[in-house]
Amino acid sequence: MDKIPILRMGRFLLVTIQVDLYDKLALDLEADLIKMVGKTNARGILIDISAVNIVDSFMGRIISNIGAMAKLVDAETVVVGMQPAVAITLVELGLPLRGVYTALNVEKGMDLLKSKVLREEETDPDDDYAGDSSV
Amino acid sequence: MITPVILLSKDNMTVLREQDVVPFRNRVKEYAIKIRMGLVNQTKLITAASELARNMLKYANGGIVSIETIARGRESGIRLTFKDEGPGIADVNLALKDGFSTGKSLGLGLPGARRLASEFEINSEIGKGTKVMIIKWANG
Repeated sequence: MDKIPILRMGRFLLVTIQVDLYDKLALDLEADLIKMVGKTNARGILIDISAVNIVDSFMGRIISNIGAMAKLVDAETVVVGMQPAVAITLVELGLPLRGVYTALNVEKGMDLLKSKVLREEETDPDDDYAGDSSV
Repeated sequence: MITPVILLSKDNMTVLREQDVVPFRNRVKEYAIKIRMGLVNQTKLITAASELARNMLKYANGGIVSIETIARGRESGIRLTFKDEGPGIADVNLALKDGFSTGKSLGLGLPGARRLASEFEINSEIGKGTKVMIIKWANG
């Protein structure tokens, strides 16, 4: 049974998609990610799609779903590394990637996640995780 | 004057399960590379192919796709014909509108595939099935 590994990096989860996603694999990933966010109290998800050649409307919907579900459990999602040809195709297809942030590469995506989560913690003193920043 | 289309090669593939979609996409890609289609056009073609294959699976339990290499004048291209024996589409014009779907999807499959392809043709008959043909020219 194929599975896409989810790595934990501090308060973020890291997913690198390196195979063509068929439907079952994509749906499993969606479910696994949300479970994992709950289990690890992750505040952010970073999805690296630099090795993905095709994003069709099904996969686009999976990505948007992940973003929406993560948001409900208080986590942000960043998609990084989209190939130029994929970006051109997505626009022509008319697929909006709602609910997720995008960044050029993993490094910039990580910075983006950190800024989102840290800013929230600064502005919200009642946040449960506010005290964890030193850990 | 209309330049005739010349058929250079023909291959058939059945798409009956969700797992058939990825091998089908790979096959389309092989043919596209053979005619030296650029990466952006390849990606558009394969994405359109993926949408149409998924439609066929979802609404008609699958069908047959023919993958053809064609030439018209100096241009070469890939022609894909998706044939199913599903319920057919009641209102083709409506199905070609963005955001319309009888299933639980975004309704981007057909209109998106039409935008991504160089040429697009659809014939559907209620109770008999649907045939969708797309052409992507290597430089079009």
